[in-house]
Parts: sequence; structure tokens; C-alpha cells
Amino acid sequence: MENIVLPTKNTWCPGCGNFGVQKAITNVISEIGKEKTVLISGVGCHGKMADYLNVNSFYSLHGRAIASGQGVKMGNEELNVICSVGDGDAYEEGMAHLIHAAKRDSDITVVVHNNRVFALTINQATSTSPKGFISNTTPQGKTEEAINPLKIMLAVGAGFVARGYVGKIDHLSRVIKQGVEYKGFSFIEVLQPCVAWHNTFADYNERVYELEKEFLPLQEAEEKAKEWDYNNMESKIAVGVFYKK
Amino acid sequence: MMEGDIMKDFQIIIGGEAGEGSKKAGMIIANFFNAYGFSVFIHEDYQSLIKGGHNFSSISVSERKVDGIRKEVDFVLALNEDTIFKHKDKIKKEEGVLIYDKDCTNKDFSAEGFSVVKVPLMDIVNKVEGISLMKNTALVSSFAKIIGLKWEVLEKVFEKELKVELEKNIEVAKTAFQEVETVKEVEVIGEKRGELTSGNEAVALGAIDAGLDCFFAYPMTPATGILSFFVNYKEVKTFQPENEISVANMVLGASYTGKRTMTGTSGGGFALMTETVSLSAQAEVPLVIALSQRMGPASGVPTYQGQGDLLFALNAGHGDMMRFVVAPGDADDAYYLTGEALNIAWKYQLPSIVILDKEISENTYTFKKEKQVKKKEAVLAENNISYNRYDGEDISPMAFPGGEAVVKVTGYEHDKKGVAVEDAEAIKKMQEKRVRKYEKLKQEVERMEAVKVTGSGSVAVVFWGSTKGVALEVVKDLDMRAVQVLIMEPFSKKQMEEALSGVEKIISVETNATGQLSKVLQCNGFKVDEEILKYDGRPFTVDELREKLKDL
Repeated sequence: MENIVLPTKNTWCPGCGNFGVQKAITNVISEIGKEKTVLISGVGCHGKMADYLNVNSFYSLHGRAIASGQGVKMGNEELNVICSVGDGDAYEEGMAHLIHAAKRDSDITVVVHNNRVFALTINQATSTSPKGFISNTTPQGKTEEAINPLKIMLAVGAGFVARGYVGKIDHLSRVIKQGVEYKGFSFIEVLQPCVAWHNTFADYNERVYELEKEFLPLQEAEEKAKEWDYNNMESKIAVGVFYKK
Repeated sequence: MMEGDIMKDFQIIIGGEAGEGSKKAGMIIANFFNAYGFSVFIHEDYQSLIKGGHNFSSISVSERKVDGIRKEVDFVLALNEDTIFKHKDKIKKEEGVLIYDKDCTNKDFSAEGFSVVKVPLMDIVNKVEGISLMKNTALVSSFAKIIGLKWEVLEKVFEKELKVELEKNIEVAKTAFQEVETVKEVEVIGEKRGELTSGNEAVALGAIDAGLDCFFAYPMTPATGILSFFVNYKEVKTFQPENEISVANMVLGASYTGKRTMTGTSGGGFALMTETVSLSAQAEVPLVIALSQRMGPASGVPTYQGQGDLLFALNAGHGDMMRFVVAPGDADDAYYLTGEALNIAWKYQLPSIVILDKEISENTYTFKKEKQVKKKEAVLAENNISYNRYDGEDISPMAFPGGEAVVKVTGYEHDKKGVAVEDAEAIKKMQEKRVRKYEKLKQEVERMEAVKVTGSGSVAVVFWGSTKGVALEVVKDLDMRAVQVLIMEPFSKKQMEEALSGVEKIISVETNATGQLSKVLQCNGFKVDEEILKYDGRPFTVDELREKLKDL
């Protein structure tokens, strides 16, 4: 296997969940081949992956990677487009792009590094931070409910909706690969703890479990997506392919 | 004008409610005169609504080149009463003719001093069992007969312009043609001079000839016509995303793969794109935008004229960045300069803006394609494993993803590979590479026509955009010097100095309230002595500009 990691100095914190996503994505790119693959990045800690990998990349603006990626796909349909984005990136600044890409079934893969916090700007709440989350901009605790991105993706008609966890790299690699191979829009949210501001490793290790079925019918997927609402600290958290059209 | 006189220069207004088809009727009339060898120009005036209101087309017809409207009108063709009252005072006394739908009013206009022809439009339509929308066909056909046009010419124009219910429309036209008498005489004066083309269509044609592959846009008046054109043009991949932010980023995505891609928008949409204008400059991925101005600020007056976005276009985008900006003045300019904008964007890998205005975009010109656009190849690299996207001293040769080369583009400051850097030396190096690239572009602009001079008087009238048509006509009559700025950025001081050599007085003419071109000139060391500004959403008429220039 060709080493596709560049000698660039890596500035992620030691133990950062981004290493796991990068490992899974490099596994997938090594399998599908890098010549016909383009990695599109947003802006945030996750985005640095574009600087770390020796693959075609378009390091876009905060929130805009999904729009850039769709342009790349329209420019050259032979390319595998993997948009590697963050939660602040895709669920805040660029939510419209995510929803419309899913709705129009653009043939791209979106991998969301969801650490549920703005990390690079030093600890501010995002829309997937749990209610009550204490951060630099929510010192009294976040008052809003968290959004559930899987429910949103299923509601707008995404054809491939999955969740992975950086604590399960082989499983995550398989899920991303299925997403890339899926013909149409594929959405993979990755639970990715931030060791600096939102370290959820211990919690996820306890609650995360793999779905047994290869994928679920829509109604069942919708029920399964409700299992965990991103606020509570009790329910189990499923990973795997929730839905595939 | 007496019966039998031969007409060579005249102004027509045709109007009605939105939805009555006055614009289409105007286009048909313009086609008659185009076939007869005249120079034809149409100014469209319509409101931001779907039905009702008052829409009209002002059509200038002349044996000499004409690209502007006049205050006094030879013919008013009215589909409704409102049109008569809004325009009857402009009709020339004695020579002028009012032609209107007999049923649209019970008022009498016979004592107004001009000739009056009442045509029973609905009766004509009913005779052949047509629908009420065909009243416009009856009106233009009556008009054609009144001025002595030949039926064969009419028939050909109808065949070209009417896609729906052609046979029925021809029946209506024939009936109307028999209904009225000829009172004036228009004769063929020569060969057809060009194709009747709107500025928006000319932009599209220029882009196609410069090798356009994709067009992405979100609708916004007055640039929507470009999107409508491409939707029906299969060779260019056309797409309408969710907003202008998405549009601009999709354009960059497609450009990154080597596909020549552009967009069209107006001020508000361009405002949303500015973040990506900056990304284009930093990532060195071409971004071509046709920016058609309308009356602002904010939503402003959506369907009316304004030139308020020049300084915005020249400054949009955060960071210390370079761009190319051209300002066409009519359909021929729009065609050629859009082609240049694409070629330059791809050669120099930067944002390239074609700044238009509502008048250029939506008016119809007799388009001659004076200069043919040709696709100029970008500087390309061999696609192999040793490729670095930002190699070189100024222009970095491009390769596109899909081959052996790893192609990395980025919005961060970067090294030659395209990997983010933060150390002082690396930052300085890349900034200087882009500055050298810009210096090269400046040199290329000197080889292009950046400033166009007509005439040699000691008073210079400086203008940009759609004011061109009226300015050229008036300046010629007054023996002044017309100076049109075609390339706004990089601004050619040298060409402007030459253009103004021996000039004693500089007058700028613009359709905005703050004199934005004057400011650009001032920044470049040229002092404007007088400003003639118009900011009521309407273009200058020939007469109006003539009076203002005479008064100074």
C-alpha cells in the first residue's frame, strides 16, 4: 500500500479523534485508488487533513466544501468526491448546502467529523453540542436543544445515511467505503471526540454499538435515528449504515 | 411627414400590461426593420410584477447606427389605455401617429395634433377565432401595413419569432393587414446589418466562443437572461443551485477539474459570492462572473437601470487580492469582452468580472460581431507525479485531477505543493508570486484595448457601460471626444493619458449618484471637471444628454 500521508508536520492534539477519521479515509482511498479521488475540506481542525494527505484536494472555505465538491463532480463525473467536513462547518455555516446536496442526490460522499464543538476557535458550542454544554460562548450551559443530523438527512431524502465512530476504525473504514461506492448522495457522520474541549471517548466507548443489519428500511432507520437525540447521556448510540435506498 | 414620404429615422413605443405580450410585439417590429436593413435598438421598460402594471418597449430605428432612445416619438402603439396616457405627450405633433386598440378607451385623441389610427384588435382576433393574447399580433401587423411594409417580410418574421400557434397568428396578422390603410412609406435601405441580440445573449455567445463548458447560476434580474439562454443550449452544462454562495463555490469546483465555468448575477447575488471571489484569488482557480447591475442599494429597483456596483466589483473580496474587470457598453462589447474575461481568467487563474448593467443586459442591439472571440489555451503542465500546483515565478502551469499528478488547491496561504504554511519567508514568497503574475497581467492589458477614444475634441466625455450608445451619438454631434473605459482593472493609466492628451475639460457621464467612475479616474490621477449623473433608474435619452452637455 502506497503511503499517502505527506511529511507535513501534524498539528492535531495528541490523541485527537481526527487521526481516526484520517486513518479510515486513507484506508478507503488506498483501496479505491487516489488518481480518481478528490478530497474536499472545509475549515476547522478536520480541514487540515487536506494538508496531511498526498491526494488531490480542494481545501475550500468554512461551510462551503459540499458546494465545492458538487462543482468538482459536475466538472468531472469520473472523480470520487469525498467531502471531509466538520460539524461547525456542515451543520452551521453550510447547512443549506448539506440539505440541498442530499435532496438533489448529488453523487458525492460527505464525511462529517462531528466532535460537537468548535475546537480550532477554542471551545464554542455547535448545533450538535448537548443542551447544557458549557463552553466559552455558553458559560451558563447551552440553552438550545441539539439537532439530530441523521433525522434531518433521512427527512430530506438522503439515499445513504450512516454513522461511524473513530473508536472503531475498521468498521468506520467499511462504512465510508460503502458510502463512496454508493451511487448517489452518501452521508456518514463520524463521532469524533475532541480531547481538548469535548472528550467523549469514555462515554462513547460505553454507549456505542454496531448495527447488526447491513442497513435498515426507511421507517426503521427513522426510528433508530431517534434512539439518541444528541442531548442525553443515557441511551445507546448505534453506528453502521442506517439507511440505504 | 406627408403620405408617401420615405422614413429613415424614427422612434416607436409599444406598450401594454404585463402579460399582454408587448415585449414580444416590440421584438417582432424590430425584426421587420432589421430585415429592411436598418440599425435597430430596443430599450425594455418593465416593472417587478407578473401581471398588470405598465410594460413598454422603446424601439429606435435608423439608417445610421443607433444604440439609444430619443425623447420624441414617431409612433405609439397601445394595447391599453394606460400606454396612451403615459406616452401621448411624447408623440411628435403633425408627423406622429398614435395607433391603438379601439376597445381599450372611449376617450377621443383626434385633437391632440398627431394622427390617430383606431384598430378593432379584438374584432380582428375574433374573426379568425383567435385568443385575446393575439391582439399584439394584430397590432404589429396593422402597424406594418400603416408604414407600408411588405407582407412577405412580415410572414417570415412571424415564422421566426412565434413558436406557438403560428398558423392562427398568421391568420390574425393577415386579417389585420387588410383592415388598415398605408399612410407612410418605409423602404428597404440595404442588407441586414446584424442579428438582434440582447446583451445577456451576447455574453453567452462570447463565453461559448471562449470555450465555456459549464454555467451555474441562481436567478436574479437583470442577469437571469444568461441562465435562460444556457438552459436551452445543450453543449454547456447548466445548473441552478440553492443560492449564490453555492453557485460561486460550484464554479470553482468545476474550474478545478479544468472545465471553463462561469456564472451571472446582480449586485445582491454578487455580494454573497464575494467570499469565494477571495478564494479564487488565493487558490488561483478561475472564477468568471457576469455582474449585471440594477438600481440599488439592497433590493433597490430590481428592473431598472443603475451603475452603482463599480467600486464594489473593484474591491469585493477580503485580503490583498488581484482581479480582472471589464465593462462592456453594448452587445458587441459584451460578446468580445466576456470572451476576453474567460481567456484572462484561465491564463492568469484569478477572478474575472464582466460588469454589465440592466440596459446592456436586457436591451436589444443590432449585433455585428465586430471582433471574433477565440479560445486561448491556459498554461498547462504535464500531468505527472512530480507536479506541484503552485510552481513557478508567476503563472503556475495548471494540471487537473484524474491523472498521475496530485493536484492540491487551497484557500490558505501555501507552499508550491499546495500545503498550508505559516512561516514568514513562505508567506512572502507566495504573495510575491501572485504580485508578479499581476504585473504580467498589467502588461497584457497594455496590449489590449482598455480605453476607446472616438473623436478628437478638446472636451472629453468619459463614460462606461450602457451610456455608450447615447454618448457616442451626442458627442459626435457636439464635436467632443468620447472616452469609454473598457478594462477597469488593471486600469491602464497609459491608455487613459493618451486618450485625454490635449483635452481641456473632462466630463464624466454615469447612471449613479456618486460618480463612481470619477473616483476610479481620480485614484489613477485624472481629475474629472464636471459630472453628469442620472439616478432615477432610467437611462439617458439622446436629447437629454445633448441638453446637459450643451449647458455645461
